[in-house]
Amino acid sequence: MQGATIRSRPVYPGLAIAPLARRHIFALEGEGAGALLDIAGDLTPEVLGRSQILYVARGSLGVGHHGALQTLGAAFWAAPTVQPLLGRLDVELSRSHMGTRLYLAGTEGFIGQAMQVAAAHGIDPASVITEHRGSRARRVQCVHCKGVTEGVTASPFTCGHCGLNLYVRDHYSRRLGAFQGVNIDAEEPGAVPPPEELYL
Amino acid sequence: MDTAYSATHRPETFRDETFRGDFSYANSPGNIRHFPFPFHEDHYRYSVNIEPHVPGLPGSAFEHLIDVDEHYLAEMADRAQVLAEDPLRYQALPHMMLAQWDTLELLMEEQARAYPHLFTLERNGDQWRWINRPLGIDDTFTFGDPSTLPREPLDYICRQTQGDIALMDQREGNLWMDAGMITAQADWSLDFDVGMNFHEWHAPVPLAPQMGVFDRALKYLLNLQVGKPVRRLNWTMTINPRLDTSPETYPKWGPDRTTVTPENVGQKVHLRVELQSLWRLPRSNGMLFVIRGYMMRMDEVVTVPKWGRRLPRVLESLPPELAEYKGLSRYRQTTIDWLKRHDDGAPTSPGIFPD
Repeated sequence: MQGATIRSRPVYPGLAIAPLARRHIFALEGEGAGALLDIAGDLTPEVLGRSQILYVARGSLGVGHHGALQTLGAAFWAAPTVQPLLGRLDVELSRSHMGTRLYLAGTEGFIGQAMQVAAAHGIDPASVITEHRGSRARRVQCVHCKGVTEGVTASPFTCGHCGLNLYVRDHYSRRLGAFQGVNIDAEEPGAVPPPEELYL
Repeated sequence: MDTAYSATHRPETFRDETFRGDFSYANSPGNIRHFPFPFHEDHYRYSVNIEPHVPGLPGSAFEHLIDVDEHYLAEMADRAQVLAEDPLRYQALPHMMLAQWDTLELLMEEQARAYPHLFTLERNGDQWRWINRPLGIDDTFTFGDPSTLPREPLDYICRQTQGDIALMDQREGNLWMDAGMITAQADWSLDFDVGMNFHEWHAPVPLAPQMGVFDRALKYLLNLQVGKPVRRLNWTMTINPRLDTSPETYPKWGPDRTTVTPENVGQKVHLRVELQSLWRLPRSNGMLFVIRGYMMRMDEVVTVPKWGRRLPRVLESLPPELAEYKGLSRYRQTTIDWLKRHDDGAPTSPGIFPD
């Protein structure tokens, strides 16, 4: 129920197969593999024959799900990190036609970035089927220098770009796929409270 | 144009002043009664407080629907400086071009009608000529053809209009903030919020969502009609007359909040009021949101006895969450203590205007 009160944050209702889709693209990160494996019973041969699974193991606590995903029998491709996975997703979407359904599962930062790729192809965010799995780490944009820091688990933290001490405001931009980071000691430079691990 | 037109508020001269550095911004004595004091009673109460935006009391900020005052040139210069440092303060998503033209038309028409000695708009079919005398602009362009203007239409007209501007697209039963020029904001980021819907961009506001304020306001605004704009007042306080209190530049202005002392309240603490007006746009069915800001330091406020009595009473009744949200916590009590010297306890008359 995290974030139920943040009205700018998307909700991630969970993966469910859209049976009428002509093509299914699953982009899964880390524990997001489990979101698909949990509904394996709904994956008929017909659905699997129209499916493409893109997977990156990041964030899987050392346990890769490559084998389990490959066993499903759909077209499968694994990326070493998030960046090439997003690149491949971009390629797949550029060659997709009407009737393609996109499914995203993994950390919120991953879903946000994949949504940006989808938006660039004119896909309505409301049509993308999402599930949040794994770490609650946040992807944060520094409002001052605009640099993005991935995997933020504590607030305050130090901006990886400009070095300011930032707290994470409960405000999320879908366009940027990020929460907002705001300087915490602007009024009294140096007055920085100890970081709290809020987003593990 | 009505040749018999004579405005009470008719700025002839513009103050040479700054909103940064030496902070020479001030209101002329004659401009103080022009200020839209936002409290109509002695107690703070949160409400949507939307009313029709119709011409109001002569001499007040409500006399003309798009208000131009003695700070026009200085505000435009400050805006240009902000944009030069941070071009992301201007945003326009691609589908907003028609709404941009709607906005250009509306702001030119309203300013030219209210202040014919400052602005002239000549329309001959789609060939338009716009004269802005204070800024020395005389441009002829083709309405609807962006290539005939030096900038995008919204960028062009916002650099010639006091107040921050946001443009909303209306679709899916919601309003989407899809364009704007925001250089004098009270701590929100257009670059972060652009593309958000009404509920999303208000997410950081405390208390109001639980009260259903935004649901009611949205429902009302979705039915806004062309030619029937509405307005509301919003307020906060700013230390030093700084227009650019954006989150982007918070490290620059945040320390100002620690500089208030009982001796300098009158000079440093400013009441900052936003006269927000909302207009349905005719071609795009979008909505224009004008956030026209006014600032007045405490020793100017107390020259109006009614305002001097009322402001400390309102500040004392403000819920702590809102004081924190508005960033007043560090200097609220110091300011109340200073203002109390101007409150003799006498009753105040209803309404916002001076007696």
